[in-house]
Amino acid sequence: MTFTAPDIAWGALSPVLIVLAAGVLGVLVEAFVPDRVRRPVQLVLTFGALVGSIIAVAALWSGVRSSGGRDVLEGSLLVDGPTLVLQGALGVLTLLALLVVADRTATGEDAFAPSAASVPGSEYEDLARRKGITQTEVYPLLLLATGGMMILPATGDLLTLFVALEVLSLPLYLLTGMARRRRLLSQEAALKYFLLGAFASALLIFGVALLYGYAGSLRYSDIAAAVATPSALDPLLLVGAVLLLVGLLFKVGAVPFHAWTPDVYQGAPTPITGFMAACTKIAAFGALLRVYYTVFPSLQWDLDVVLWTVAIATMVLGTVVALVQTDVKRLLAYSSIAHAGFVLTGVIALDDAGISAVLFYLLAYGVATIGAFGIVWLVRERSVSAASDDDESDEALRASVLGEATHLSQWAGLGRTSPVLAGAFALFLLSFAGIPLTAGFIGKFAVFSAAVEGGAWPLALVGVLSSAAAAFFYVRIIVLMYFTSPAHESAPDAPGAVEAGAPTAGADVALTTDDGAGAVATLVAAPAPTTTTTVVPSEGLAAVAIGVCALVTVVLGVFPTPVLDLISDVARFLP
Amino acid sequence: MHTLTSVADGLVPAVTLATETVSPVGETVSGGIFAVAPLLVGLPLASAAILLLLGRRADRWGHWLGVLASGGAFVVGLLTFLRILDRPADERVLDVHLGTWIDAGAFHLDAGMRLDPLSLTFVLLVTFVGTLIHVYSVAYMDHDADRRRFFAYLNLFVAAMLVLVLADSFLLLFVGWEGVGLASYLLIGFWNHHMPYAVAAKKAFVANRIGDVGLLIAMGLMFAHFGALDFATVLDDPGAHASEGTLTAIGLMLLLAACGKSAQFPLQSWLGDAMAGPTPVSALIHAATMVTAGVYLIVRSGGVFEAAPTAQLVVVIIGAITLLFGAIVGCAKDDIKKALAASTMSQIGYMVLAAGLGPIGYAFAIFHLVTHGFFKAGMFLGAGSVMHGMDDQVDMRRFGGLAPYMKITWITFMMGWLAILGIPPFAGFFSKDKIIEAAFIPTDGAQWRAWVFGTVTLLGAGITAFYMSRLFFMTFEGERRWTTKKDGSEQHPHESPALMTWPMIILAVGSVGLGLVLSLGGRFVGWLEPVTGHAEHGEPVLPAWLLIALTLTVVIAGLVLAWRRYAVSTVPVVPPLGTSLTRAARVDLYQDAVNDAVLVEPGQHLTRSLVYADHAVVDGGVKGLAHSTVGLGSLLRRAQTGYVRTYAATMLGGLLVLLVVVLVVQS
Repeated sequence: MTFTAPDIAWGALSPVLIVLAAGVLGVLVEAFVPDRVRRPVQLVLTFGALVGSIIAVAALWSGVRSSGGRDVLEGSLLVDGPTLVLQGALGVLTLLALLVVADRTATGEDAFAPSAASVPGSEYEDLARRKGITQTEVYPLLLLATGGMMILPATGDLLTLFVALEVLSLPLYLLTGMARRRRLLSQEAALKYFLLGAFASALLIFGVALLYGYAGSLRYSDIAAAVATPSALDPLLLVGAVLLLVGLLFKVGAVPFHAWTPDVYQGAPTPITGFMAACTKIAAFGALLRVYYTVFPSLQWDLDVVLWTVAIATMVLGTVVALVQTDVKRLLAYSSIAHAGFVLTGVIALDDAGISAVLFYLLAYGVATIGAFGIVWLVRERSVSAASDDDESDEALRASVLGEATHLSQWAGLGRTSPVLAGAFALFLLSFAGIPLTAGFIGKFAVFSAAVEGGAWPLALVGVLSSAAAAFFYVRIIVLMYFTSPAHESAPDAPGAVEAGAPTAGADVALTTDDGAGAVATLVAAPAPTTTTTVVPSEGLAAVAIGVCALVTVVLGVFPTPVLDLISDVARFLP
Repeated sequence: MHTLTSVADGLVPAVTLATETVSPVGETVSGGIFAVAPLLVGLPLASAAILLLLGRRADRWGHWLGVLASGGAFVVGLLTFLRILDRPADERVLDVHLGTWIDAGAFHLDAGMRLDPLSLTFVLLVTFVGTLIHVYSVAYMDHDADRRRFFAYLNLFVAAMLVLVLADSFLLLFVGWEGVGLASYLLIGFWNHHMPYAVAAKKAFVANRIGDVGLLIAMGLMFAHFGALDFATVLDDPGAHASEGTLTAIGLMLLLAACGKSAQFPLQSWLGDAMAGPTPVSALIHAATMVTAGVYLIVRSGGVFEAAPTAQLVVVIIGAITLLFGAIVGCAKDDIKKALAASTMSQIGYMVLAAGLGPIGYAFAIFHLVTHGFFKAGMFLGAGSVMHGMDDQVDMRRFGGLAPYMKITWITFMMGWLAILGIPPFAGFFSKDKIIEAAFIPTDGAQWRAWVFGTVTLLGAGITAFYMSRLFFMTFEGERRWTTKKDGSEQHPHESPALMTWPMIILAVGSVGLGLVLSLGGRFVGWLEPVTGHAEHGEPVLPAWLLIALTLTVVIAGLVLAWRRYAVSTVPVVPPLGTSLTRAARVDLYQDAVNDAVLVEPGQHLTRSLVYADHAVVDGGVKGLAHSTVGLGSLLRRAQTGYVRTYAATMLGGLLVLLVVVLVVQS
């Protein structure tokens, strides 16, 4: 028996290969490069890999646009228009996220534990701190996750889909547990994410098995052909399809598979939260689009009821629960759940307009998300006792600046102390809310009109209504930042300040302990009055990222046509 | 559609095609004077940007830049107006194409400006009154450290308002709609260090959002049925493309939007609170321009309403309710600005009612809107002038006998007062009387409508006369009821500086003469005809001369009653208990209580119960067990795995539900 080596089109794989190779290289760098230069080397490597990947996408673009794409590795991967759009978007967004991840701010500390493997509070942690051991494994992990994300929407068979899902998930579990501050909270979140992620993966692989049982093949095109033949609809097929969708819906954080989102978003290091919220969602929605559009289109009547239920529940629950959040990271988490629902309405549309609408929406949402979490990363608590407010030297900052000030009451009056930062945050919130002249509006308009075109107008109606309701809690933060006095000026009782700004806050206080796991609640109890809120100056990288995100949000809102054209030009899946 | 020629690149010379019939489709033009039309929006927008970007560096001259930008926009508007006036009446609807805004697959949208008699009427009103109020603000805001920022917001507002009225599609209109909302939000909350002001700003924002939802849904429905959002497509015989039921839904949603923006029943509650903002803002936004945007929307969407008689009837009913509501509230308010706000609400009720009467009413609605823009803005500026001279006192029970101290304010205010009463030959007589007459014309042969709505407008005129006279007499006539200033020193009422009085004088001249000038020979109605269409004048159920006589009788009656109660007899400084109606009117006929009961509380209960459902019922499966099985509960609580299990249980439960649903549906 002879073995025929498959003919591999390396060129078409280059965007993924560059990122994954750099990730592997990063692991070696971590092991062998001396301490002092390790961070710069990792940074340059990661940055270079992402830029190289974006360039590779650009190089492939015109070929794919004219040919419509091709399959690689015997059909395991499909390099077509949506793949390239998603890989390009992932490259750009990861690059922006990297800038936030790499920023050590004026305090000289990044968001990650110097030695994440040490047990919190252990002697080893102490020892590592005294020896000044600083690990930089976050960069290769970031690259490996990105590589998995880039594969996920490009997969051509179910097994590759599963492998890609694991490749992107495992580094994310680790990254979630690596926060420098509130380490227990972070590790708890990582464990939850891992357990629930494993559960979801199990459901997905179960679905894969059932589908294989039905169709006798793992290849999308074969399953699609088997589904389309007018045989009796097998429960095997339906259950398998639902399980497969559920595995992907878990990743996008759709209700009822959303429960992990707030806890994980809150516990993870803030720059990672931004990365995760933006990029995981893009990758998973890309895969969902491909599966729904190319594998199950003939099951539309049966699966619609699933997706409609999930979409409506997601939009309503995400919006309603976000209304009563008091923690800015949890609030953004619920808002991201609601956004998953909005994107789903575009997926359900099941036409070409739906594809480009979803892709545009994901881009608009991703940019605003990374920007918003970048800002959350810079807004810190500062202990009052350790240093006086006017002492701005680096040492003083290092000594007094604590973790992120995530309680909403701590954001009161930010519009007056840091107008530019608060303005950028307000812009991102307006984009989330879908106010015209921001990217979010065009995105919402695109998905809702695609849904209406596709006959799903009740979904669009629910979407419009819940985004109108969602505007309230976004506006509430803007009100808080601009129209409310800082908590420490008005009253020592922090929640009181929120109450003045928002009528719903009364419910918040009682809910803080109820919302999320009990263990989390004890760790994130309302801040002690011994801290004030301060904005630490960025090293420059995060500021660049936030600036670019704000710019893109406005530009995509005012002149969306070039990008919409670019996307709709290639927004067709290979069969 | 012969006129939808694309001239996207702007290089193609003017395409001139004659329109044979009056239709909402305009001709597409470019070049010539119309090429500068975008400056209408561009000038104030650029000025706002400069003022905001330069920051404190522009403090010394920033306000004059603001005045200049607004004045420049007026000049451009005037030139465009004159150019359009040159054209024959049936060629006065023009579309200026500005380029493709969004173009991708199913959603293609062009950005463009609609220049026609209706939009130009608004342009002239907004820029003219706007410029006067800019000038007034230079003096009024003299002592404010943030005057530059105030002018930036004013410019921003003017730009947004012009986008709203010049838009050629509902989507672009929506951009302006949101823009004026944002600008008014910034302006009401301008003194944002005062908590009540910030709360008022928020209230206005929330009420407007409810209206916006209406507009969004209306746009969604239009997009679903017409596949487009531009006026040319949607308003050209909408009855041919959509069923009457759909058009009724669209019409009602547009009405909801109009109610939010124009403070009409049941979304009227924010207008009174919005008076917390600086007075020039009240004059510009809450009297002359933004609050009338709802009337504009209804008149602009006339095609939709004409094809949906039910929606039209609802418009008339809403107008009638608000008209009486505002008038009754106005009778009991002691705060001079809030009384004026109630009056604005009531007058816009007149306009909405007229707009609901169909083509007969459109022109009168806009006519009244223009005259009202003059006299009400004038009176607001007058109120500001009184406050300026009285150390920011707003309680009319603390005024009285001010006439000799501020003669110009007194006389200009008197002109506005006589105009709103509808005393001939002041402006209000010509505009309001026409609305009353139109209300008495039976629609579709329905006599009862003529009698009901006619009587309401007549009654409204009488109440208006009463409360406006009450306001005027309590402020300027009768005995002096001033107290000492807040710091204990003597109150010295004085006239305002020239920069404040001149705008008032100009507006007063308009209040006196504008009605007569515009109504001579049906000039204004004829000017609007290319947009509103020609309406056959039906016969009112009572002869016109009798209606005029009746109107004047109730007006005089209201005036005399107010004279006897508030000028001749003593006005108590402390408000008397009053009848139950008075007490209800003082608190805006319990509208806040109703809002709380109908909207806020169920909403909060809904959110709470849904949160409860997510975190208590779902978690409660575990938690409830924990409570009942003592000891184990606290263990479960401490053990974090319990929660992950809950999450996993949620997922599993959700999955099972989905599977059951899908299998049930399939079988």
